[in-house]
Amino acid sequence: MKQYETKEFKDTRSGFGAALHELGKINDNVIALCADLTGSLKMDAFAKDFPERFVQTGIAEANMMSVAAGLSITGKIPFAGTFANFATGRVYDQIRQSIAYSNKNVKICASHAGITLGEDGATHQILEDIGLMKMLPNMILINPCDYNQTYMATMAIAEYEGPVYLRFGRPKVPNFTNIDEKFEIGKAIVLKEGSDLSIFATGHLVWEAIEATKVLEEKGISVELINIHTIKPLDAQTILKSVAKTNAVVTAEEHMMNGGLGDSIAQLLVLEKPAPMEYVAINDTFGESGKPADLMKKYGLSAENIIAAAERVIKRKK
Amino acid sequence: MTNINKLQKIATQIRRDIVRMVHAQQSGHPGGALGCADFFTLLYFDVLKHNPQKFSMEGKEEDMFFLSNGHLSAVWYSVLARSGYFPIEELKTFRCIDSRLQGHPATDKKLPGIRIASGSLGQGLSAACGAALGKKMNKDKNLVYCLCGDGEIQEGQIWEAAMFAPAKRIDNLIAVIDCNDKQIDGSVSNVLNLGNIKAKWEAFGWMVIEANGNNMSQLSISLNMAKTLTGKGLPILILMKTEMGMGVDFMMGTHKWHGVAPNDEQLAQALSQLDETLGDF
Repeated sequence: MKQYETKEFKDTRSGFGAALHELGKINDNVIALCADLTGSLKMDAFAKDFPERFVQTGIAEANMMSVAAGLSITGKIPFAGTFANFATGRVYDQIRQSIAYSNKNVKICASHAGITLGEDGATHQILEDIGLMKMLPNMILINPCDYNQTYMATMAIAEYEGPVYLRFGRPKVPNFTNIDEKFEIGKAIVLKEGSDLSIFATGHLVWEAIEATKVLEEKGISVELINIHTIKPLDAQTILKSVAKTNAVVTAEEHMMNGGLGDSIAQLLVLEKPAPMEYVAINDTFGESGKPADLMKKYGLSAENIIAAAERVIKRKK
Repeated sequence: MTNINKLQKIATQIRRDIVRMVHAQQSGHPGGALGCADFFTLLYFDVLKHNPQKFSMEGKEEDMFFLSNGHLSAVWYSVLARSGYFPIEELKTFRCIDSRLQGHPATDKKLPGIRIASGSLGQGLSAACGAALGKKMNKDKNLVYCLCGDGEIQEGQIWEAAMFAPAKRIDNLIAVIDCNDKQIDGSVSNVLNLGNIKAKWEAFGWMVIEANGNNMSQLSISLNMAKTLTGKGLPILILMKTEMGMGVDFMMGTHKWHGVAPNDEQLAQALSQLDETLGDF
């Protein structure tokens, strides 16, 4: 686990913004759209250097999504950015009809996802977006774990033809993945092999899972830790291979238990290889204002919660 | 025969197609489709620069049309088939299982001529704005057309697009609102009065033209005038007055034929008023 030590803290949204700026340099078809959150989405560098390819839509997200769909018809690759709440729930029907059903090459770039949005509170902390987006046919759903991986994911989705939901966040979190690591859509990354327990984590919870794994290993539990950056399509092969070995599962995500990564994995296991499983997720409640780290603790999304879930599932296994 | 006469004959056949398609499956929306038959005929057989035999999604160096009120699918499918996008016989499959002619227009079965799904109202004008912006970015001088219903502009997203297009100087866009003053629950003015829509669109920054959508020669003049107004920094809007159900006497003057199919007797009565000018499918 030593290779995942980090002293650098960076926000995933900045990884998105840096990659978008790079894409602006290398791909003339990349267009950025934003609904009055350019600074928050870190799209300002793109907007400054490529003003002719930046579309400020104002506070009109429904229009933004359909405009993006229209742009894609003419061969453009639109990256439409706003907060995850306004990028999903507010515009679900626009995404459903104009983007997913119409199978348009639109990249929905959703920042400030989850409870770590923090002080603005529950009106802005969407915890249902993974569920909303994964139910849509044709939609790819990516939730990278740190700055570097968000950068790589942003570069990768520009090459993929079709609708993508890219989910990232606001707070500065440990940046620990290798920037040179290949990012393959739909291919989970095994961070550590082990034999007693599989932990499948996504987004900000990957770091928490790394911290938890260190403690669990000290307690003599051999953990296999897997970063599920792509929630749809799910890397069934990697997940089933791991569970065949460990027969115990913990999932960890900054999302509602209903409809999130855990449910996707539970569905796979029910069909293919039932195994004891515990969720680390938010259980049917809205969030509230607070510091991101405090909220993670209060709502049960920290390393301690993963450790507790691991211990519960190991007991159930016996 | 003048061009207008020719277009009128095509429009009559398209009206027959609409009534027969909706009757065949006992399902569909004949009223608005009949009302807009003249507009669609003029657009596809005279106005649009397009390439029906070689449809491409990107539509480079062509004009593009977006149907925002997708329930007018019957008239769109008929003009697409009759102008050469796909075989006329395929109109028989309208709303049938496995058909490319879905109840509301869709792209998943690759029906030539359709670029985006519509049906859930209010989205098409935004998509047309996006396509028009894309054309400008691509230095493609051709135009984008979009049709919306008057009831449809009760959707809030229409007004987001209405604000967006002038602000972004989208001047290669001609939007058309089908003003038949009918929607499912009754007259538009009773359901939710739109007020002075000309003044509203002008206040949003559009150049507004009023047109008679059921007079082929007058409508032709209006569409050509709209084209001359493009490229001047502002989007163009045509408020096109039509009669819902036009061409079939018992379907006119009421909102009741918005989404109802004629029975066998009504079909015969309707067809007796519409000559088979080009041959039925």
